[in-house]
Amino acid sequence: MNARTNKPEAYTNGAEVHTPSFIDGHSVDIPILKLLKEDGSLYPNAELPELDQAKAEKVYRAFVFHRVLDERMTAAQRQGRISFYMTALGEEATTVGGAAALAPQDMIMAQYREQGCLIYRGFALTDFMNQMFSNEKDLGKGRQMPIHYGSNKLNYMTISSPLGTQIPQAAGYAYGQKLQGKDAVTMCMFGEGAASEGDFHAGLNMAAVHRAPVIFFCRNNGYAISTPSDEQYLGNGIASRGVGYGIKTIRIDGNDVLAVMKAVQFARNYALEQQAPVLIEAMSYRLGAHSTSDDPSGYRSKEEEAKWQAHDPIARFKAWLIHQKWWDEAQDKALFESLREEILAAVKVAEKVAKPPVEDLVTDVYDQVPKHLEKQLSELKEHINKYPEAYPFTAGRF
Amino acid sequence: MAQMNLLQAINNALDIAMAEDDSTLCFGEDVGHFGGVFRATSGLQEKYGKERCFNTPLVEQGIVGFANGLAAQGSRPIAEIQFADYIFPAFDQIVNESAKFRYRSGNEFNVGRMTIRTPYGGGIAGGLYHSQSPEAYFAHTPGLKIVVPRNPYQAKGLLLASIRDNNPVIFFEPKRLYRASVGEVPEDDYQLPIGKAEVINQGNDISLLGWGAQMEVIEKAAELAANAGLSCEVIDLRSILPWDVETVAQSVMKTGRLLISHEAPITGGFAGEIAATIQHECFLHLESPIARVCGVDTPYPLSLEKEHMADHLKIFEAIKRSVHY
Ligand SMILES: Cc1ncc(C[n+]2csc(CCOP(=O)(O)OP(=O)(O)O)c2C)c(N)n1
Repeated sequence: MNARTNKPEAYTNGAEVHTPSFIDGHSVDIPILKLLKEDGSLYPNAELPELDQAKAEKVYRAFVFHRVLDERMTAAQRQGRISFYMTALGEEATTVGGAAALAPQDMIMAQYREQGCLIYRGFALTDFMNQMFSNEKDLGKGRQMPIHYGSNKLNYMTISSPLGTQIPQAAGYAYGQKLQGKDAVTMCMFGEGAASEGDFHAGLNMAAVHRAPVIFFCRNNGYAISTPSDEQYLGNGIASRGVGYGIKTIRIDGNDVLAVMKAVQFARNYALEQQAPVLIEAMSYRLGAHSTSDDPSGYRSKEEEAKWQAHDPIARFKAWLIHQKWWDEAQDKALFESLREEILAAVKVAEKVAKPPVEDLVTDVYDQVPKHLEKQLSELKEHINKYPEAYPFTAGRF
Repeated sequence: MAQMNLLQAINNALDIAMAEDDSTLCFGEDVGHFGGVFRATSGLQEKYGKERCFNTPLVEQGIVGFANGLAAQGSRPIAEIQFADYIFPAFDQIVNESAKFRYRSGNEFNVGRMTIRTPYGGGIAGGLYHSQSPEAYFAHTPGLKIVVPRNPYQAKGLLLASIRDNNPVIFFEPKRLYRASVGEVPEDDYQLPIGKAEVINQGNDISLLGWGAQMEVIEKAAELAANAGLSCEVIDLRSILPWDVETVAQSVMKTGRLLISHEAPITGGFAGEIAATIQHECFLHLESPIARVCGVDTPYPLSLEKEHMADHLKIFEAIKRSVHY
């Protein structure tokens, strides 16, 4: 929409009626983009994303890595080796596909369930492990709970737990990219639950008015912890809100990785060419628990889960790859097996790496350690020296 | 009497409050059928219906703003903020609205019937965003009451008092103790007074003061001190706002020394306010400077949680320094 046609007087140009009637958001038909059927065949006229065999294989490898990582780390959490974990079961297509459609220089500002983006971008297995074991090699210096990753090198903003806070930030980040004439956009990912936060509304409005090249990517997976989406909002999904803010909007099948890639490529081109925001709503389902602290059997049925199991994005894409003759079952089995071994070995290494040194407690609060924190640190060291057995991770290291 | 953990005591208090007054409502993220992520509201939706106990959309400013409106209308809202770390999106609704409703309207309107419950505190390997103790931010705001229980008995009695208090109350629940703290709790209705501290242990050498989960840590330090031949008076403040100056001052006049401990960072923490007031009230009785043992002035870490915390050993050392000043 051109800003100039947005003046209030333009609203008076609509059809005139002389008896009152409401506009119902649900009467506005929002189409949903689907390219790949459940059986791995394409819909007729499906317009494919840019994708060759090498890239398709890279996407699939990221899928399998993700599955195995989720499986292994859930087990590690159950064994008490890590404190917490969150899987993305059933939603991998949104994140892996999203990252695969971006350029490496594009910034990703995510919520927490988007490890798939990092996997696609090549975050090292050791980096994943060091973060989850919050050891001294963790890029985040062991300060956050597992899965709160971040990588400057890979243009993946470190996760912050308060929901929705990244949304207006993404608008600002993208606006900065625009002012600097960069050939880059920002992709901001969040759940349909987080889209209730005030920050969501603030962020979309800021991006729309200031025409920031940001792709807002909502993973609508049906639940925010135990709250089903029909107790989260009554409107026509999250997509209708994009329309309301004057943002170009598209709804897609989030379990169809080809549709995700197509939509993100399409959105990226628009955001870059028009220097304006886009909203994508990807319809999916959170197959797993919210986190390892959650038990979904308390709020949803096994039948419901089973129904969605059949929409598994990874199985669907694998079927397509096999149709293409780009993949086969033997390769598949070998890949799963080698990744299982690799990840298990990496767990064993990471859990033995030391915890961060005590100095890391006071660094990065400011650019330099101020006097009062230096003093608190030296008092702390003195104290630890007195009781080394009470502070096993740091005692004996200074 | 029944054995209850802290969560069950809270659930029991909510049940009593909802039974006695039809205008009492419990709501927040995941509070409905699921009973909240910690299960504090378990069974309430089944008992009182979806209209009175429900899930809200995920928007803290909405939850508290909604509670403000309900309370202004005469209902008795009990809003849950899932973690105290996520109370900040609602900060404006709390400090500018809940706290000032009565004052700005010349008492034409008030939101005194509202209560905000929220789990706070660390020691649970929760890292930056599941460990904060934000009471001091709210203690700076006239118009609010702030209450922090330390065990199931207190949780029930103080929560019932908070719900029935005619001022907006923020009720901080020590989540580290939710299941860990178990004790005898009367099944009947009872209230504990807001604004009144509790002396839990008499002593002569120094007064130790804290609230909530920190009391457990302080009591452990007092034990170490007792083994070293020092007698500590232990006081649980229970209410941060208003706080019981009289009980604390009386104790300090007896012991001549005061140590305050809280989980939040030391700078700007509520211990500073207490120290200033007690110094004024008890200046000629003090035999050593008032000691503060608090969190380090950094965000709450994960790996170095033990180092960051105001633990029993740090308190024990500070007791010795104070007594041998
Ligand atoms: C401001 C804030 N409030 C509450 C929480 C607690 N919380 C963490 S995740 C979550 C649910 C988020 O759901 P959604 O955005 O739909 O994402 P999903 O988990 O489904 O991927 C909640 C309530 C939080 N992290 N931040």
